[in-house]
Amino acid sequence: MHGLIARTLQCFLQDTYGQAAWQDIAGRSGLDLPGFEAMLDYETGLVVRVLSEATALLAKPADTILEDIGTYLITHANNEGLRRLMRYGGVDFIDFLHSLEELPGRARLAVPDLRLPDLELEGHSGRAFCLRCTAPTGEPTGFGHVLVGVLRAMADDYGALVILDHRGAEAGCETVDIVVIQTDFASGRAFELGAPLPVPRASSIP
Amino acid sequence: MSLPPETLDALCPMHLHLDSEGIVRGAGPTFAKLMGDGPLAGAHFTTLFHIYRPGAVRDSGGLLSLAGRRLQLRLHDGRSTALKGLAMPDGAGGVIMNLSFGIGVVDAVRDHALTSTDFAVTDLAIDMLYLVEAKSAAMEASRTLNRRLQGAMLAAERRAYTDPLTGLANRRALTRVLARLQRDATAFALMHIDLDFFKQANDTHGHPAGDRVLQAVADIMLEATRKNDTVARVGGDEFVILLEDLTEPQVLCDLAGRMIRQIERPIPLDDAFARISASIGIALSDGMPPASAVLDRADAALYEAKRRGRAQYAMQAETAPPAGS
Repeated sequence: MHGLIARTLQCFLQDTYGQAAWQDIAGRSGLDLPGFEAMLDYETGLVVRVLSEATALLAKPADTILEDIGTYLITHANNEGLRRLMRYGGVDFIDFLHSLEELPGRARLAVPDLRLPDLELEGHSGRAFCLRCTAPTGEPTGFGHVLVGVLRAMADDYGALVILDHRGAEAGCETVDIVVIQTDFASGRAFELGAPLPVPRASSIP
Repeated sequence: MSLPPETLDALCPMHLHLDSEGIVRGAGPTFAKLMGDGPLAGAHFTTLFHIYRPGAVRDSGGLLSLAGRRLQLRLHDGRSTALKGLAMPDGAGGVIMNLSFGIGVVDAVRDHALTSTDFAVTDLAIDMLYLVEAKSAAMEASRTLNRRLQGAMLAAERRAYTDPLTGLANRRALTRVLARLQRDATAFALMHIDLDFFKQANDTHGHPAGDRVLQAVADIMLEATRKNDTVARVGGDEFVILLEDLTEPQVLCDLAGRMIRQIERPIPLDDAFARISASIGIALSDGMPPASAVLDRADAALYEAKRRGRAQYAMQAETAPPAGS
């Protein structure tokens, strides 16, 4: 599994539940490293073990944790870059939904070995959609729950009012129902194409 | 075929329609945005930008003679925004020009506060902006990893060349410094130091006390030498000191004697004092490779000092005179 995915799980646990909780979970999972690196690969079983230890320690179902990760990816200040990338998907939430199928391809543009699930959007009417999310072979399902969190946060970002329903998984394929009640329910967050100039970061070497 | 203006505006938001005199008759909304508030219609194109490649162009005829070729131009927008363009006849003696930012799109979008609706949906500009941001993020992740790996590598390297108990150099570090001295043909002296009565102190006071004694001796040697000398622990109670650019026998003998006296001072432990001494063999580099031969001569001198009854130093045998003497 790509380190970006493993690292996301780690950063979510650290930023949400603190360093001590992360170390506890990492220890129980038999992760004998300081942590995951975003640009290395890890055994899928190890990442799954970290998630299941987190489920046990935090006494939360895996689905909820995965959905929280999706929300975290879009809303946490550390992930502003990712939120911006997602906003490239469209000028409003409907436009954004229509761009979702491109997401795995877009991700591969930047990180060629990042395998995300295949996404397929089916529109029932102008406002009701069904999103099918098929995990790459050999990868576990669950990404659909992350996607629910991402969609919920992106709807907020665009100021849209939506209803999301994860319908479960069948043969590696998860289904999410999406109903867009209103695209301009609230004023969303700003998005300017011209990104702020990068701030030089201090070297992490002590 | 005549096109309604809105069709051209949607297909090419950065187009410019010039008549046969080179006067602007129409402009796409994004081009208008770039030029700010100034009125465009009625202006001559040379007041809006200058074409510098393939060559200067001053009228519609000149533009039409370059039809189909890539034009490079700079806007008179206060920023000299660079654009590339294409001019084609409009079928009525005028010119339709289409313009694009090319790779300058990232700066142009920031400078002119453009949004995705300013680009035709078929334009790859937005995808390019996406790619630039995504690649920067991925690159930053890689750089973060590289910085951490480099930090870990430097720390591992420091550990690999350091004796963990005393913080002195170890034998590996000594070998490396010897190789450097030989490569640079630097004259140097080498002292081989072996502690006397250390085993007794260790047996009497225990291993932790023995460790404290070794640390105290290390401090004495570091104190007695200069910053660019190398002090190494090469065995349990064996040390080597490399003194660069110092081959004066009298200075070396004084230094060795002083260190022995300091080492002989009782070393305070928790509830006792350890009393040890040291024997030192001194050898000088002779400029002949291998540099490690100096080690052998210092070793022989150390043996001689021990043979004479310990707690003293000995210079290398007279048969191997110092360089330059």
